[in-house]
Amino acid sequence: MPRPRPLSPHIQIYRPTMTMTMSIVHRITGVGLYLGTLILTWWLLAASSGPNAYSTVERFIGSYFGRVILFGYTWALIHHMLGGIRHLMWDVGYGFGPHEREWLARANLIGSAGLTLLLWAIGLLVVGGSR
Amino acid sequence: MKPEGFSIRTPASRVRGLGPARSGTGHFWQQRLTSVAAVFLTIAFFFVIASVLGRNHAAVVQILGSPLVAVVMLLFILNSVYHMWLGMQVVIEDYVHDDMPKLLCLMTNAFFSVVIALASVYAILKLSFGV
Repeated sequence: MPRPRPLSPHIQIYRPTMTMTMSIVHRITGVGLYLGTLILTWWLLAASSGPNAYSTVERFIGSYFGRVILFGYTWALIHHMLGGIRHLMWDVGYGFGPHEREWLARANLIGSAGLTLLLWAIGLLVVGGSR
Repeated sequence: MKPEGFSIRTPASRVRGLGPARSGTGHFWQQRLTSVAAVFLTIAFFFVIASVLGRNHAAVVQILGSPLVAVVMLLFILNSVYHMWLGMQVVIEDYVHDDMPKLLCLMTNAFFSVVIALASVYAILKLSFGV
């Protein structure tokens, strides 16, 4: 039995690059945000249902687990948004150079982490953290 | 033109057929249109979230039910749901190759998106009209 003929290179054969990883992360954050709409819809339905339903959501949001989920959701939303802006730039023909695309990938990562921390710092300072 | 590629159809008629999916660049264009809208609506959404942080149920109901906030939330949700529907469709088409699982995933994607949109819109309208 001869060895199967090699097919076109798969993802395991390429050396991972920054832009490739960013593309995958863009998809993963997109799928995460997709599922995260369940929390947004739950929150809205609970608010429109009444105080009892709303307090259940509040308990979840206030819990350690809920906070971690919401922190991740904030980061995913900002990361996907900045990544989307990067894609829009490419769509109109800018930022394809080797240095530009590396720079954009870094800016996307640093920007999303920085903005997420900034928003949460503002949120926690304004709200005081406990409620 | 090679003989086997010969067709009596004019190039214009081929273009009007809009390819095998019959939608031409519609999917791509709508993805980009909703992504540009999403940038602005996401920023507006952060302001809405900031305004409800730490408030009790009665205050949240009042804020979400006020016309400006309700319209922003309706736009944010409808735009996001359409964007994520289109995005998830691409993810499914890329990774699910067998016909039946692909059909099931595409249908689930549609059902999920419509349910999320309808439930959220219903909740916001209920908060607005105060029934």
